Amino acid sequence: MVDPISAKIRFEDVSYAYGKDTVLRNIKLGIPSNHITVLFGPAGSGKSTLLRLINRLNDLADDTSLTGRVLLDDEDIYAAGTDVAALRRRVGMVFALPLPLPGTIRYNVLYGPTLGSIQKQADLDSLLVQSLQRAALWDEVKDRLDSPANRLSGGQQQRLCIARSLAQQPEVLLLDEPTSGLDPISTAKVEESLMELERECTIVIVPHSVQQGARLSDYAAFLLMGELVEQGPDKQLFTAPKDKRTEDYVTGRFG
Amino acid sequence: MSRQAIQRLGFAVLTIVAVLVVAPIFLVVAVVVFRGLQGISWEFLTAMPRDGMKAGGIFPAIVGTLLLTSGTALVAVPMGLGGAIYLSEYAHDNWLTRAVRLALVNLAGIPSIVYGLFGLGLFVLFLRLGTSVVAGSLTLAMMTIPVIISTAEEALRAVPTEFRTVNLSLGGSRWQGIRRIVLPQALPGITTGIILGLLRAAGETAPILFTVAAFYMPQLPRSPLDQTMALPYHLYVISTQVPNMPGTIQYGTALVLLALVLSMNILASVIRTYFRRRRQW
Amino acid sequence: MGKNKPAASRADRAVEALLRVAGLSTIGMVVLIFVFLLQQGLPVFFRVPLRDFLGTRWYPTEGYYGALPLILGSLLVTVVAVVVAVPLGICTAVFVRELAPGWVRELLKPAIEVLAGIPSVVLGFLGMTVIAPWVRTTLGAPTGLTALTGAVILAYMALPTIISVAEDALDAVPKSLRDASLAMGATRWQTIWKVTVPAARSGIVTAIMLGMGRAIGETMAVMMVTGNAARMPLTADSLFRPVRTITATIAAEMGEVANGSTHYQALFALGILLFLVTFLINLTAASAIFAKRRQGGLR
Repeated sequence: MVDPISAKIRFEDVSYAYGKDTVLRNIKLGIPSNHITVLFGPAGSGKSTLLRLINRLNDLADDTSLTGRVLLDDEDIYAAGTDVAALRRRVGMVFALPLPLPGTIRYNVLYGPTLGSIQKQADLDSLLVQSLQRAALWDEVKDRLDSPANRLSGGQQQRLCIARSLAQQPEVLLLDEPTSGLDPISTAKVEESLMELERECTIVIVPHSVQQGARLSDYAAFLLMGELVEQGPDKQLFTAPKDKRTEDYVTGRFG
Repeated sequence: MSRQAIQRLGFAVLTIVAVLVVAPIFLVVAVVVFRGLQGISWEFLTAMPRDGMKAGGIFPAIVGTLLLTSGTALVAVPMGLGGAIYLSEYAHDNWLTRAVRLALVNLAGIPSIVYGLFGLGLFVLFLRLGTSVVAGSLTLAMMTIPVIISTAEEALRAVPTEFRTVNLSLGGSRWQGIRRIVLPQALPGITTGIILGLLRAAGETAPILFTVAAFYMPQLPRSPLDQTMALPYHLYVISTQVPNMPGTIQYGTALVLLALVLSMNILASVIRTYFRRRRQW
Repeated sequence: MGKNKPAASRADRAVEALLRVAGLSTIGMVVLIFVFLLQQGLPVFFRVPLRDFLGTRWYPTEGYYGALPLILGSLLVTVVAVVVAVPLGICTAVFVRELAPGWVRELLKPAIEVLAGIPSVVLGFLGMTVIAPWVRTTLGAPTGLTALTGAVILAYMALPTIISVAEDALDAVPKSLRDASLAMGATRWQTIWKVTVPAARSGIVTAIMLGMGRAIGETMAVMMVTGNAARMPLTADSLFRPVRTITATIAAEMGEVANGSTHYQALFALGILLFLVTFLINLTAASAIFAKRRQGGLR
């Protein structure tokens, strides 16, 4: 277990249901600050739901129920009066498919900042450069910042989405199978940029394969049918799992 | 007869029917254009009617229709657009929303003459607006709002949900997402819907019969509380109420009305096709 | 959502409230229209008993408010119009969707949209100047302004609605259904009438209902070409004689009545009748759509 004091995010006995359909049961998990945490498991294990709970994107669904607490820096993010918009600025999200907004590269990266307080052009310009650099996309797009974002390749689009989240200077970055639509070279580039990022930001990722999980993991949690089976630091879950079910999944016996 | 022969015969019949249905449309437009052109002149478009409307122009009717259409737009566009955004972006699937949908279906089906009755009762008499541009515009707006709501809602729903999710995930509010992404993306579709709604209003006669239309007015309305002439009503008047009306003036009026309506129609489809090709999703 | 409702800023909530007002105002509009019609029209039944209102003579200047000739007049032109328009409309829809090559479709669809956009007063005018003389010379009717003339124009005006809704319904039939039929050796002709059209049945019913609603509520064109004689259309030749509809009666007479008079109220009562009939028709049409939507058939 991660020492509760150093955990950036903590799930305290979290259960979650869509209507009568319980998708998460009694999750107790601490996510370490400034590391990459991998949430993995077979389809329907609840890993994506768990991820989306962290920035309250599940608020959009009707008829859901949550018990237990989700803490970010020891504050319950589901407490009454939480500023959800502010929470989502602190906790960025990258989706499975690249989802550039209709508009230019510049527009995409600066979408978040211009929603809020940052209005000075100089600030925006430096933010643009910085975010694209951190997402390892700057060199490829610096000459065409004002061309439509959807003309980029899939891998570039996904890194653009990462840059778009980074422009909010988030404390936490959530990624839900961010490379599932990408070729191996693009995947490698995205992974590289993630490893660079973990120094400044807490990353939680649902990997699109066990191998990817193993490559990225500083800390990992294995979920199965809504239950947290096992968690552990470094590559422990992938190299020396304690639970039989984890071992079976990691070695490819099911899933 | 073999199955193939039946099929060939059947297809031939279908083709003939389609031609029978569509050919008269071209015929109608052609007749109005060719006969109407003989009546069109600069004077016809810009002068007041003279000699019991048997000479001169139809300027006040043209201006009246433009005024009424603008007045309709002023009320119907914000209301219709607002309703569409509410239905597409905010409304949950509950009994209230179903009631709104039922109301929309009903409103779209109410005959225009009933809108006319209602406008007379409420706007003209009860609210004491008199037969006036305001009363007529409000009546036309009532029947245009459901058209705009339905078409605009469809355009809004066509914008992928993911854009809204991205906006929220970046800390944007629902309204920020609508204003910065959804509305701009849906704008061509919304514009098309608005034009089609207004086009219908511009061509309507029944709702303005008792709420605004003047049989004959040798001047332009001077305030929103004045009556006005209007193209559709004018065409009705000169083709049924005035004996020995010269055909050139009748067809000329029909052509001006048709040209107005068709040009809006064409504008709508140009916008639709142009932006469909340019859109990024 | 319940307790997890996202906290929105005050401006956001204000905008949402405004939009909600715009959306809910549609309910208000329907209620307002109906209540207003009732309030203006129902009092007529204190002055004219319902039995007299359903009488066979409509001579308001002499105190006769029998609406039956008007009701039957509307019924006659509407039914004939629908009988003419439905087969034409469905065949055209089938042609456009199943037969026509791309470029023909690109030509037909805008043409049908144009027809939908032509103001009814223009069609009425053409009915008077083109169709009526033709009816007069070929059928020997005295003026050419007959129920038939009205029905033909109405059929034409109902066509765009019928065609476009029926076309959407045909479009919603899954391609696999057609393929299955063709794979079993049916010809395209057989597939159309034995598989595709039956599968689109509920949508086609909607198309017919909407077309009927359009026809029954149409005013100007009908008023201009039917001759407007309030007679009972019960004889065999009624189709070739003048007739008068509910809509035309309201349009022609409302301009001349005194506010609040019996005649005024009687015309509003006709308005109530129109409102209710079109409401029922559209409800039937919509229930097919709503049912489909629930099954996820229609988008």
